[in-house]
Amino acid sequence: MSELKLPSIDYAALAPTLILLGAALVGVLVEAFVPRRLRHVVQLAVALLAVLGALTMVVLNANDRLITIGGAIAIDGPALFLQGAILVLAAMALLLIGERTVERGGAFVAQAAVTAESADDRRQAEGAPGATEVYPLTSFAVGGMLIFVAANDLLTMFIALEVFSLPLYLLCALARRRRLLSQEAAMKYFLLGAYASAFFLFGVALVYGFTAGTPGRAAGVDFATIHAAVGESSSSSVLLFGGMALIAIGLLFKAGAAPFHVWTPDVYQGAPTPITGFMAACTKVAAFGALLRVFHVAFEGARWDFTPVLGVVAVLTMLVGAVLAVTQTDIKRLLAYSSIANAGYLLVGVLAPTSDGVSGTMFYLVAYGFSVLAAFAVVTLVRDADGEATHLSRWAGLGQRSPFYAGLFTFILLAFAGIPLTSGFTSKFAVFSAAFDGGQGWLVIAGVLTSMVLAFPYLRVVVLMWLSEPGESTPAVVMPGWLTSAALTIGVVATLVLGVFPQPLLDLAAGAAEFVR
Amino acid sequence: MMEILAKAPVEPVGAVTYGTAEGLLGSVWLLVAIPLVSAAILLLLGRRADRWGHWLGVASVGVAFLLGLTYFFQLRGVENRSVELSLWDFIAVGDLRVDFGLLFDPLAAVFVLLITGVGFLIHLYAVEYMAHDPGRRRFFAYFNLFVAAMLLLVLGNNYVMLFFGWEGVGLASYLLISFWYVRPAAATAGKKAFLMNRVGDAGLLIGIFIMFATLGTTQYDEVFSGVGSLTATTVLLLGLLLLLGAAGKSGQFPLQAWLPDAMEGPTPVSALIHAATMVTAGVYLIARSNPIFSANSTLQLVVVSVGALTLLLGAIIGMAKDDIKRVLAWSTVSQIGYMFLGVGLGGAAYALAIVHLLAHGFFKANMFLGAGSVMHGMKDQVDIRRFGGLAKYMKITWLTFMAGWLAIIGLPPFSGFFSKEPIIVAAFERDDWTAWLFGMAALLGAGLTAFYMTRLFVLTFHGPARWTEEIDHPHESPKLMTIPLILLAVGSIGAGALMVGPVPEWLEATAGLGGGSEAAHETVLSHLAITILSIGVTVIGAGLAWFLFRRGTATEPQPAGVLVTAARKNLYTDAVNETVFEKPGIFLTRALVYLDNRGIDGLVNALAAGVGGGSGRLRRLQTGFVRSYATSILAGALLVVAAFLAVEAGWLV
Repeated sequence: MSELKLPSIDYAALAPTLILLGAALVGVLVEAFVPRRLRHVVQLAVALLAVLGALTMVVLNANDRLITIGGAIAIDGPALFLQGAILVLAAMALLLIGERTVERGGAFVAQAAVTAESADDRRQAEGAPGATEVYPLTSFAVGGMLIFVAANDLLTMFIALEVFSLPLYLLCALARRRRLLSQEAAMKYFLLGAYASAFFLFGVALVYGFTAGTPGRAAGVDFATIHAAVGESSSSSVLLFGGMALIAIGLLFKAGAAPFHVWTPDVYQGAPTPITGFMAACTKVAAFGALLRVFHVAFEGARWDFTPVLGVVAVLTMLVGAVLAVTQTDIKRLLAYSSIANAGYLLVGVLAPTSDGVSGTMFYLVAYGFSVLAAFAVVTLVRDADGEATHLSRWAGLGQRSPFYAGLFTFILLAFAGIPLTSGFTSKFAVFSAAFDGGQGWLVIAGVLTSMVLAFPYLRVVVLMWLSEPGESTPAVVMPGWLTSAALTIGVVATLVLGVFPQPLLDLAAGAAEFVR
Repeated sequence: MMEILAKAPVEPVGAVTYGTAEGLLGSVWLLVAIPLVSAAILLLLGRRADRWGHWLGVASVGVAFLLGLTYFFQLRGVENRSVELSLWDFIAVGDLRVDFGLLFDPLAAVFVLLITGVGFLIHLYAVEYMAHDPGRRRFFAYFNLFVAAMLLLVLGNNYVMLFFGWEGVGLASYLLISFWYVRPAAATAGKKAFLMNRVGDAGLLIGIFIMFATLGTTQYDEVFSGVGSLTATTVLLLGLLLLLGAAGKSGQFPLQAWLPDAMEGPTPVSALIHAATMVTAGVYLIARSNPIFSANSTLQLVVVSVGALTLLLGAIIGMAKDDIKRVLAWSTVSQIGYMFLGVGLGGAAYALAIVHLLAHGFFKANMFLGAGSVMHGMKDQVDIRRFGGLAKYMKITWLTFMAGWLAIIGLPPFSGFFSKEPIIVAAFERDDWTAWLFGMAALLGAGLTAFYMTRLFVLTFHGPARWTEEIDHPHESPKLMTIPLILLAVGSIGAGALMVGPVPEWLEATAGLGGGSEAAHETVLSHLAITILSIGVTVIGAGLAWFLFRRGTATEPQPAGVLVTAARKNLYTDAVNETVFEKPGIFLTRALVYLDNRGIDGLVNALAAGVGGGSGRLRRLQTGFVRSYATSILAGALLVVAAFLAVEAGWLV
């Protein structure tokens, strides 16, 4: 009997993921054993400490460039940078999730099982403390994302995809108010997410079949094998291209690229706003991290074949996001379409065939994440007795009611519009110049033109806030608690600093742009 | 004047270098920072600053002017008369380095003086003009913001910095046009200005990316030094994109339609942004990029054609308008056409265009503020058919406006003569038959200008009073408004004669402007003949208008022939825009909304929910069915897979 050979595991390199998943498990135990009135504080502390601990480990691991746990996980520059980005943004999202002073009991339903719109439901909406299960769920999701951006084979990637998606579906359903909307959003997200996962998995199967034809190598779905197969495999390339297409579809769904974006507006609108912010920032980072790795490592050899197709997807995504944002009348839907358009710009970075493209995309992800979380933080504050007032007509004249918060929101909108001296300009500049340099001029032209269109809905909101008289239905801004204030401050300051002094982060991204293979 | 004209077209410049800013010039960033800080204070302090905020706004621009003057004199002792100040490395991605830096050279210096000098007077005027507006503090905040952005635009040392200012002035302009948001026309005009500017901005931005892709830099000195290494096609493309940007900002054909509509904003805005400064940014861009434009003769021909076409277009439409500010606006379009003609001709005409720009800044701001003063006394009416005989009621406004009128029609010895006539001469100096084409266009433009400006002047200040019933006694404006008028009138009279000598000489040190010294080109007509002709058409145009309108005019527009009707309708350019851009845009939006399954439903339902807000409505809020989403994802998936397989089979790519 031969000795069972265990793969070597570098626990230090895996520590960020392990800490998060461990914290999630601790969170489950807290639910069981800690008295109800303490749970909120304990859970928030556990989740935040776990994120900060994981971040510390990422920083300590900063110089790692290795593949561990039997080739399943690659800890390299992009993985560490993106893990760091996810953790920082997740910390901000946790601050929003933990807020309980803006609305009594927080943004989440107290008991998810109560029938929506019933008398019990109305009672819980009036201030029963919100469910604390959201913290372990968030920790699980963050843990899954950390694996997702570091996965070095397609199966690990698939499992990570499910690990971070399932908690998100649940989190979407937990809004305190407008619960039917919230549950409907979660249901849609779940069904369509499962649908997209099936595409991904089928693609993995096809690619596996393709790698079987590589002379001198066993079939496999790890990226090194796929990379080798793209150049050498004797199998029919229909398998490769079909598989590549299906894998791309699965990832583009998560990224919110057209025509796989249809879930985005409904889910963004229905989900509790802190969760919307969390998805807009962290899910984007995770999805594009995976896209970068799949297309820059595994399928690198087929670059000239996938670029035109994905380029068309990128152009379509920018166009759909920008044009439809113009017609929106709900601030959360508007931000949803804006995130779709931003997915298009990010794809431009992914398709730039150089390491500048990788670093530009990573910079963009971080910059956008900060801004979008700050934007949703403001959305949580504009409310009346029935909860958040998300219809745009309610925002008319907000600048006169609450100039400070309207000012902050204006600044964030200007950043989204790509006005210079905000991070929105520097990040677009970074990806566009990388793409132009890489010979993808047509994508840049489409990007510039659509971003000109996209600036319009943002400025319409600005004008609405500042240049309209407040109506009777214009709500005032609720004073944020310190958690929301902290998240908002971090987001706004980051948007400004990355607009004026982007160089340190650009350097960091450039230094982390090489994948290990 | 012949010495200036003797400066022949400039060939691609050699290496361009700038000195480093030291000593006092090291603080040149203050020019941008002071108005910016003032704007921030006014916005952040809110109502607390209502009582004194406007004076802070005025003071900040005044200080910037004094500083600008100091720097201006400092420049005399500097080699090349150009200094660069690099503040920090802004972006460095791969090979691309963008410096956050400023460049203070003669071209930037004259713009700084124009922006802060004329800007200061207009700020002063606005204190009184906006006195009864509850949003005065906010107005001054946006005004300061505009000045800061405009200064950044002219002071940047690379195209990205220019783009920063470019976007900033666009934003401030949009806010200021929409300032009187209660007027629907103002809001629409703001939108139109914004959208048409975005078309131009997109051109500029893509041009910047091309620069980066081909030259690897956007620094002025490196770009200009590297232009020689580019192919003719690249230079042409680059130049056309920059021209598109310039045309958008400066209201030139085919992007001219927004500028007259922008007159819905408060009058000081029209004077500062839409007459004296922002709209000349396009001229600045082309003058600054002269090594690019001089490197390709086709490009120059395009610029000249745009200029000639626009100057005629603006003048013809201006003749048929009855709104005092719109006539002035179309006149601005037309005068900037002259400047484009100048910069397009290249060589020494660059400097002439800048001189005309400065002179125009004075007399047009003067007339806009004069129009504001008339409106002030006439209960905000703008229809010149209902003015008349105001000369005796508003002596100062009348006299100052007269100075502007004489200046713009270009009779000696007023400033327009010294700045416009050389451009006409230069147009006649071209080598081939186009000399006749552009020369005659410029000459005809002079006659038309004389006609519509005289019509405006006579109908407003002379002839019988044709006031509406609500006006009983027009009154002169208060001192705070008339003093800036007087100062600007002095500028209108004297500026041209004073500037035509020293300014071109001063500008020579700017990269690419001046330096060449070939023999003078022969004009197709003698210089004297052109001068006599241009004075002749001016006198004819002005005399005709005087003769036709000295007894007033009908108080309502009368039925008119084809040409006048066409001119009243802006020569149908709006209709063209509508069919070519607006309709397809609306169609595209509708199609996308339709394809997006439920965009329309979402819109309608969200509206309903916003109005009602009840749970019953909310229940119906999301009508997008999962099945239709799944179908569209499936359809998209099939397309993507099919596309990949087509690539594999070699059908694509």
